[in-house]
Amino acid sequence: MTSKAPAAAGLSEFWLTRQYNRLSLKRRRTIIGYVFILPFILGFLLWFLVPALVAAGLTLHKWNLISPPRFVGAFNFNRMLSDPLLAQSLKVTVVFSAISVPLGLVFAFFLANLINTKIRGIAVFRTIYFLPSIVPAVANAILWAWLFNTEFGLINFIIRAFGGPKIGWLQDPSWVMLAFVILTVWGVGGSMIIFLAGLQGIPQIFYEAAEIDGAGRWQRLWHVTLPMMSPIIFFNLVIGFINSFQIFVSALLITNGGPQHATLFLVLYVYRTAFQSQKMGYAAVLSWLLFAILMLLSFIVFRYIGSRVYYENPGD
Amino acid sequence: MGFKEQSVQFIDSKRVANSRGDVLWRWLTLFLLVFFAVVMVTPFIWLLSSSLKTQIDIFQYPPQLFPDPVVPENYIYALTYKPFGIYFRNTVFVAGMNVIAVVFTSSFCAYGFARMRFPGRDFWFGIVMATLFLPYAVLLVPSFIIFSRLGWIDTFLPLVVPPFFGGGAFNIFLMRQFFRTIPEEIADAARIDGCSEFGVYWRIMLPLSKPALITIGIFTFLFAWNDLIGPITYLRSPDNFTIAVGLASFRSQTDIHWDLQLAASTAVTLPVILLFFVAQRYFIQGVVMTGLKG
Repeated sequence: MTSKAPAAAGLSEFWLTRQYNRLSLKRRRTIIGYVFILPFILGFLLWFLVPALVAAGLTLHKWNLISPPRFVGAFNFNRMLSDPLLAQSLKVTVVFSAISVPLGLVFAFFLANLINTKIRGIAVFRTIYFLPSIVPAVANAILWAWLFNTEFGLINFIIRAFGGPKIGWLQDPSWVMLAFVILTVWGVGGSMIIFLAGLQGIPQIFYEAAEIDGAGRWQRLWHVTLPMMSPIIFFNLVIGFINSFQIFVSALLITNGGPQHATLFLVLYVYRTAFQSQKMGYAAVLSWLLFAILMLLSFIVFRYIGSRVYYENPGD
Repeated sequence: MGFKEQSVQFIDSKRVANSRGDVLWRWLTLFLLVFFAVVMVTPFIWLLSSSLKTQIDIFQYPPQLFPDPVVPENYIYALTYKPFGIYFRNTVFVAGMNVIAVVFTSSFCAYGFARMRFPGRDFWFGIVMATLFLPYAVLLVPSFIIFSRLGWIDTFLPLVVPPFFGGGAFNIFLMRQFFRTIPEEIADAARIDGCSEFGVYWRIMLPLSKPALITIGIFTFLFAWNDLIGPITYLRSPDNFTIAVGLASFRSQTDIHWDLQLAASTAVTLPVILLFFVAQRYFIQGVVMTGLKG
C-alpha cells in the first residue's frame, strides 16, 4: 500500500512531462509565464476579489460577528442615507483633505527647492527635513498629543510666550482640524524627497537658456521648473489625496474622533462601525462607499488635472 | 567681430548686476534652511527632553528644556510596564516574514511581467496597475470577514500570509521597472548555456537587482514595524501584540503618564532612525521609487 503512492506520483509526473514536451514552444512559454505571475493572480482572487464580493453580499445583511448574518434587504443603505455621523465623517474628511493636501504639497515643494541649493552641509538639512516622515505612526501620535497639550504643551507655550491665548487644540472643535493639518504637514518629507529628485532631474541647460533670454528667478520657476515638474506634482497630489483620505492612527490615538466628532474621519468611522459597534453589514456598505469615493476622486484628478500635466517624453 | 563681443559683454554685465542680488538670495536661503531645520527638529528634542523628566517636572509651567534631574529610568519603567520584549519579538517575526515574502514573490511575479511574452499578460498587468493605488482601508472590513471565516483572527496569519501572494502591486510594479533596465543579452547568454527561465530569474536577475530588492525590503520592514491598523484589527490577546499595538494600548492605560509614554515612543522610534542612518541611500531611493506609501 505504501509503495503505491510514490509509484503513482512518479507515473503522473512522467505523464505530465510527456504532455509538456509535446506542447509547442509558444504554449510552453505561456505556461511558464503564468507560473511566474500565478502568486499575484491567486492573491488578487483570494485577498481582493473574494473579500470584495463577500462584502458586497454582506451589505444586504445584518451581522454582529457572533450570531449568523440575517438578511435585511436595503436596510443598511437606508441607514447610510440618514446617518448624521456618516455625514459628519464625510465632511471632516473632505475638509481635512482639501486643506492638508494643497498645503502639504506647497510646503514640500518649497522645502525641496530650499534643499536643492548647493551649500556645504546641505546633506544634514536634507536628513533633518526628512526624518519626521519616518517616525512610527503611533509614536508620532503620542508626540503630537503632548505637543498640543493645552496646559503643558510646547506649542501653547510658544504662543503664550508671544502674548497669544491658551488654545484648546485638542478640546476645541474649531481648532482641532488645524492641529491635524500641522502634524500632517510636519511629516511631509516623503513628497519633499520626490520633489527633490524631480528638481535634480531637470536639465541645467533649460535654466541657462532661460537666463540668457533674460528670465529672472520667478520666471524661471514659472516657465521652467513648474512645467518640468508637473508630472511629479501630479504624482504627489494623487498620493497625498489617497493618504489624507485614510487618516486613521492619529485620529484614533490623539482625539479618538472627538471633540464633538470633529475628527471622526471616514476610516475611523468605518473601523468603529465594524469593530466597536459590530455592525459588519453597515461597515461593508461604508467600505464600498469609501472605495467609490476614492475611485471618483482619482477619476476627477486624472481627468481634469492629469490632462494638464506636461510630459517631456510622452508615451514612455 | 563686434556682435560677438557685444553679446559676451551683455551676459557679463548681467552677471555683475545679479551678483548683489545673489548674495542676498543666498543669505535668505540659508536663513530659511536654518529656520525650518529648527521647526523640524524641535518636536524631536521635546520628545527626548520630556521622556527624561520626572512625573512632576513634566507638568511644570513654563516647561524646562533640560530635564533636571535626568530620569533615564523612565525607559526601564516604560519598557517593562508592558512586555515590550514580546511585542518586539512578534514585530520582528511579522516584519521579517513580510520582507521575505515581498522580496521573493514580488520579484518572481515581476519577472513574468517584465520578461515573458504570453497572451493575457497585459490584462493581468492592467490589474496590477488598477490595484496600485487601492488603499488598504477599503479592504479592511472585507478581508476581516474572510479571515474570521478562515479562523485566522488572533493569529499572525492575516498579517503574514497575504504578502506571499505577489507581495503587493506596488512592489511588483517597481521590480518590473527595475528588471526592464537590465540588458536582455545577459539573460540570452544564460539561456544559450542551457539555463531555464527560472534559472535566469534566480541566477541572473535576482543577483543583479540587489539595490532594488534591498530598497523594497527596507520599506516593507518599515511598513510592518509602523503598521497599526492591521495588527489592531486581527490581534486580540496581548501576547500576540506588535510594538505598534502595544504602544497604543500602553497609551490608553497610562493616561497621564506622559513621561513613560514619551519614553516608550522614543524607544520605538530609535530603531527606525538608526535603520535610516545605516541605509540612507536605499531610503532615499525607496522614497523616490515608491512615494513613501502609507
